[in-house]
Amino acid sequence: MPVKTYRDALRAAMAEEMQRDESVVLLGEDIGVYGGTHLVTNGLIDEFGPKRVIDTPISENGFTGAAIGMAMAGMKPVVEMMTWNFSFQAADQIIQNAAKLRYFSGGQVHVPLVIRGPNGGGVQLSAQHTHSLEGFYGHFPGLKVVSPVTPEDVKGMMLEAIRDPDPVIFLEAGALYGTKGEVPDGDYTVGFGKARVAREGADVTLVAYGRQVNMLLRVAEELAKEGVQAEVIDLRSIRPFDTETIIESVKKTNRAVVVQEQWRWFSVASEVAALIQEHAFDYLDAPVERVSGAEVPAPYARNLEVAAFPSEANILEAVQRVLYQESK
Amino acid sequence: MAEVIMPKMGDAMEEGTLLKWLKNPGDEVAEGDPIAEIETDKVTLEIEAAESGFLTNTLVEEGDTVPIGTTVATIGGEDEVGKGAPESAKPVAEADEEPEEPAADAPAAEEAEAPAGDEPAEQPETAPVQVATAEQEASAEPVARADGERLRASPLVKRLASEHSIDLGQVNGSGPGGRIVKADIADFVSGKTPAPKAAAAATPQQEPAQAASAAKVPAEGASVEISKMKQRTGERMAESKRDIPHFYVSTVVDMSAALDFRKQSNASLEESGGKVSVNDLVVKATALALADNPTINRSYVNDQLLQHDSIDINIAVAVDGGLIAPFIPAADQKSLGAISRLAKDLGTRAREGGLKPNEYQGGTFTISNLGMFDVDEFIAVINPPQAAILAVASVREQPLVRDGRVVVGHQMKITLAADHRALDGAEVATFLQSVKHYLEHPMLLALS
Repeated sequence: MPVKTYRDALRAAMAEEMQRDESVVLLGEDIGVYGGTHLVTNGLIDEFGPKRVIDTPISENGFTGAAIGMAMAGMKPVVEMMTWNFSFQAADQIIQNAAKLRYFSGGQVHVPLVIRGPNGGGVQLSAQHTHSLEGFYGHFPGLKVVSPVTPEDVKGMMLEAIRDPDPVIFLEAGALYGTKGEVPDGDYTVGFGKARVAREGADVTLVAYGRQVNMLLRVAEELAKEGVQAEVIDLRSIRPFDTETIIESVKKTNRAVVVQEQWRWFSVASEVAALIQEHAFDYLDAPVERVSGAEVPAPYARNLEVAAFPSEANILEAVQRVLYQESK
Repeated sequence: MAEVIMPKMGDAMEEGTLLKWLKNPGDEVAEGDPIAEIETDKVTLEIEAAESGFLTNTLVEEGDTVPIGTTVATIGGEDEVGKGAPESAKPVAEADEEPEEPAADAPAAEEAEAPAGDEPAEQPETAPVQVATAEQEASAEPVARADGERLRASPLVKRLASEHSIDLGQVNGSGPGGRIVKADIADFVSGKTPAPKAAAAATPQQEPAQAASAAKVPAEGASVEISKMKQRTGERMAESKRDIPHFYVSTVVDMSAALDFRKQSNASLEESGGKVSVNDLVVKATALALADNPTINRSYVNDQLLQHDSIDINIAVAVDGGLIAPFIPAADQKSLGAISRLAKDLGTRAREGGLKPNEYQGGTFTISNLGMFDVDEFIAVINPPQAAILAVASVREQPLVRDGRVVVGHQMKITLAADHRALDGAEVATFLQSVKHYLEHPMLLALS
């Protein structure tokens, strides 16, 4: 299987679907002539021209609204948020219109819109440019929210997202555009609502999504040296959500640690912990642990930024707590 | 009989005061008649009768303030006047505040599993810890913690304890605050002699002889074509017996607890359609024993020993035309249910010829089980390059000596054939003891 970067896999998905389907267009700031701030759309304007790769003014609310209108009229726009932080400018369009039009119209109007861009922190962009918005967007009925971490998934889920009849919030692992992995050629999709078991193990269930999945895989390697076999689950899809895979795993391991970069209160990890106690209470041997970002706006200073996000050491400590290794 | 309640007259209203009864018990009322005057924090108004009849009881005195939803009076037939009043004037809705209710802090109420009322709320300070008296054993769930302390156990432990009738009062808790956790149950079960359960023991299960493909030898000795599969198996087995210095170690496993465990598991699995077989138990026990004794999980290749990290267990399956051994990857990491489902799927597809090469090429240890064919014991030929193979015979109902007494129980003989170039007798014997231990303490199979 060919090896591609996360960025190239993402570009391939959009380019291939634009070749197949004329109604697919791209909109965003500097995505055309400049090739995109993160070079995700690099070269696409040469292939598809400025009518399908549209450079917009710096006005998220405006071009997101325009894209919603295009989607209502039958096109399939893919909007780039230069980073998800700027989506706050467009939140009214996303939440009040994109998420609700299908409901308002009794199912007569669909909004086949994808909004994509880098999510999360870890690259010293400071407080206003560092947010993990999966919990925020996952809160609203009417939006689908996904967060792929492997190059294979990012292509398959982008194809699924473009073909989905309803709005999809596509949260890319911003710090991982350069990571490589095997990516199948051609047309395939990765369906929403199905988590990926990234590593099998019987002793503890570790759950994350986005770049924290890679962190968990490294932690699992460390744990294996001590004879602890961790099962690592990559949620991939925040909404719809795959309860079954998590519950089946916890029924096997009896313990779970949920890791996220976003703040802990009212977050994805809180939801996962709640679902576990609802569906697997009688299988729990320890309280579910959450490892989350510190409850402060993201710091700029490198040392503080590192301290504010989950680290492998934090995760290991949490795993030891659910394994009761402290008390032994 | 209809109840007249203190109505909610606005979102902020939580209670109302009954100012004055406009009707007395025994009075006839028509639907819509005012029967009392009430006062809220904002307004004074009248309560009307919701149906016609007689005012049978008034339950609140004039001047009393009661929460909304409280029954203040009843309306019924003439004959009901003055009797049959509801137990008490109790709020039936929105009872956020329960000022009159005693605080529910009796420890017994918190002990989900404590028999209500059986135990004093507080244990005397001298209550013996860890000593099971006959009385305690008779009660469903003793609470033998020091100083009446709450027994802490994880939800998993509580479930296991109730399913397997384990007295948690006997178990030490190693978790925070003395919480009993899964590992404590495992320790406890390991150290415990399984209680004789001869009466309840299941009969040895006779799996349908689905794969009985014993070839009939023609009477006249006509030549029979050997299938490709049989030729390949034959070559490998000949190579194995020719090159590998086999040696054999056997042991007898007391399967009474395992059969009991299987019966319980299957009763609870019935709704999901899954059933755990004796072979599934053997696979899981073997996988765990291999994890404990990694030297057995090796291959002998080109005068070298390969240590396998993953425990992939092949299961020999009799099929039309021969034998095939698909494997269960990472069997020590899989739950019993997962092993069972996968084994069933592999077996079915093996018989239908639907296995993929990567499902039978490989594996690190093989189990050959002839238990369904009524065999006392047998010896299997090593599946090269693996270092050993386990032969599993039938479970038999037999008289056993347990604690100096003869009881009826169930036994199963297992025999390990090992490659003497890779393994020595002592480590093989240790491994077999480990398999036996897991099978005789089957809860360990569910815990790991």
